[in-house]
Amino acid sequence: MSKTTAHSVVAPTPTARRVSGAIVILYALITMIPLAWIVMTSFKTPPDSIAYPPKVLFEPSLEGYCNLFTTRSRQTPEYLESLPAPEPGCDAIVRSRNMVIAGPSNVIPRFTNSIIIAFGSTFLAVFLGTITAYAFSRFKVPFADDILFFILSTRFMPPIAVAIPIFLMYRAIGLSDTHLGMILLYTAVNVSLAVWLLKGFIDEIPREYEEAAMIDGYSRLHAFVKVVLPQAATGIAATAIFCLIFAWNEYAFAVLLTSGTAQTMPPFIPFIIGEGGQDWPAVAAATTLFLIPIFVFTILLRKHLLRGITFGAVRK
Amino acid sequence: MAEVVLSGVTKRFKTVAAVESLDLTVHDGEFIVLLGPTGAGKTTTLRLVGGLERPDEGSITIGGHDVTHAAPAARDVAFVFQQYSLYPHLSAYDNLAFPLRSPARRVPEDEIRKRVGEIAEMLRISAKLQNRATQLSGGEMQRVAIGRALVRRPSIYLMDEPLSSLDAKLRSDLRLELKRIQQDLGATILYVTHDQTEAMTMAVRIGVIESGRMIQLGTPREIYTAPASVYVATRLGQPAINLLPVGLLPDGGAPTGGKTVGARTENLRIAKAANGSANATVDWIEHLGDQNHLHVTVGDHKLVTLADPESDLAKGDRVSLSLVDPLYFDASGKRIAASGKARIPQGNG
Ligand SMILES: Nc1ncnc2c1ncn2[C@@H]1O[C@H](COP(=O)(O)OP(=O)(O)OP(=O)(O)O)[C@@H](O)[C@H]1O
Ligand SMILES: [Mg+2]
Repeated sequence: MSKTTAHSVVAPTPTARRVSGAIVILYALITMIPLAWIVMTSFKTPPDSIAYPPKVLFEPSLEGYCNLFTTRSRQTPEYLESLPAPEPGCDAIVRSRNMVIAGPSNVIPRFTNSIIIAFGSTFLAVFLGTITAYAFSRFKVPFADDILFFILSTRFMPPIAVAIPIFLMYRAIGLSDTHLGMILLYTAVNVSLAVWLLKGFIDEIPREYEEAAMIDGYSRLHAFVKVVLPQAATGIAATAIFCLIFAWNEYAFAVLLTSGTAQTMPPFIPFIIGEGGQDWPAVAAATTLFLIPIFVFTILLRKHLLRGITFGAVRK
Repeated sequence: MAEVVLSGVTKRFKTVAAVESLDLTVHDGEFIVLLGPTGAGKTTTLRLVGGLERPDEGSITIGGHDVTHAAPAARDVAFVFQQYSLYPHLSAYDNLAFPLRSPARRVPEDEIRKRVGEIAEMLRISAKLQNRATQLSGGEMQRVAIGRALVRRPSIYLMDEPLSSLDAKLRSDLRLELKRIQQDLGATILYVTHDQTEAMTMAVRIGVIESGRMIQLGTPREIYTAPASVYVATRLGQPAINLLPVGLLPDGGAPTGGKTVGARTENLRIAKAANGSANATVDWIEHLGDQNHLHVTVGDHKLVTLADPESDLAKGDRVSLSLVDPLYFDASGKRIAASGKARIPQGNG
């Protein structure tokens, strides 16, 4: 190695790379502390979870998860003694608190509702958004600018501003507390975002590709599927994540419009606090579970997302 | 292969008429080259034939069928675009195979492999077939784009400056190759270029377009030796034709009405002269490698012609220039036939 090493102007030097890497890692660690705390709390016992000073080192316990997945009832010592010995696992943990498992909790149906509603509305919003954006991008739509502005204007006010009318409407037509109702609602909120994001991405795909495909013997629909969709994958993935995050986290409408059959996780989690004292480990366990699907979805689409959030600036 | 007929085709974009009452018949197996400056409507003409634009007026038939309103896929044409538009998410191989896999054709995969292999061999891109389209050089992309047309046997090949980003060697190789394909397969080709060598060597007929109108359509020889107007004459010839007022240089006698003389290299006789008979001065000599351009001043006018490599002319020399059988144009730029006695057989050039 000679002492003077040539390096290109644009590529960062090794030192710059290390420093910026360190900054990014430090920032990531700081922002992840609350998440780590939630996950840790979910493995604490209730006394540990409210200990002061807070415990960083503790003996892990599954009590939070047991409490999350079950409903329990307190029993008299005489009754407890009359029972056979508890099976190891949740049974034993619950028994040590002088309680017995009364049955499963609602967490699994609520979680399933969240999955159905969030993914269902994301799919619909992205599907509708893609074909709408394509139409605006490729065809002469009369009053295209005005319609696009109208679509965007549905996002000018916070969605919750229309909560009361929607509540009344839904009650009148029987969509309250239904999966369909929630899917339609979240789709309606997300589709404007999807149209605008995707139009940007599709505008950037030169028409020549479709023209070439149509000359090559494909119909427009076929050319759309074979040529446009693969190139819009980045944008579709980024849009899907934005839509999913909204639908997954949405709280206000869910509180107002769901109470049972279609209740999602966000309004369900606060309920856990009420059941039998302030059961923070159970809340933390629910939150941890709640994080997993978004986490997995984002990881799966990570490759696309990284390019997508630059909004097509670095496409090649 | 099939005959393609455009009759009275007009295409307007807002107020601009990109193509105006264009009549053109491409005979079965014919190679027609469209020449014209940028913005003349050449690309638009090809897009109209391909079905990517709908004409505002007129009709288009391919092989006797009226396709004026048919979808591109229904026309069975192949198109090489001016900006090579390879599918960036596919490999070079898949790009070449793409037309053969279309719902309209559905060629079996082993047949595809054979056809793609042959074409890749011919275009010398066999080694790059597995590359993503974005990992090819400009010239390689253009060859894949040409290949994507050549894997098919369409009624007509539409080619929009397909050789423009290739180096000189490859360009002349592919020129021969395209000409050979056209002759061997009897392919019908409508071809756009700015390169007059391509036009002269490949075309059966050349169509010269200006502002969306067909100005002249004829064999390369007709276009070169009997251009309809000044405009057509300036399209061909290297160096470009010199336009001079009649009477500036001695000629065999201009026809009545002749205002402008068009003189190409072969119409100019140049000789070193003593001061008395000299009418021009050598400005400078441009050495282009294969030829020498001689810049000459006659009065206020500058001329460019080819110099004999062996000539001993040098900058500042006084020379005598005369015209042999030049072209004459009237005041409106139309060519008029030379008067009879000036006809001197083209000889030693
Ligand atoms: N989609 C369009 N919208 C509006 N005007 C257009 C469109 N396509 C072409 N034109 C106009 O039509 C005219 C002819 O364009 P065309 O692309 O056919 O030219 P060309 O002869 O191919 O030029 P070049 O040699 O530069 O490729 C130009 O004036 C151009 O600006
Ligand atoms: Mg063009």
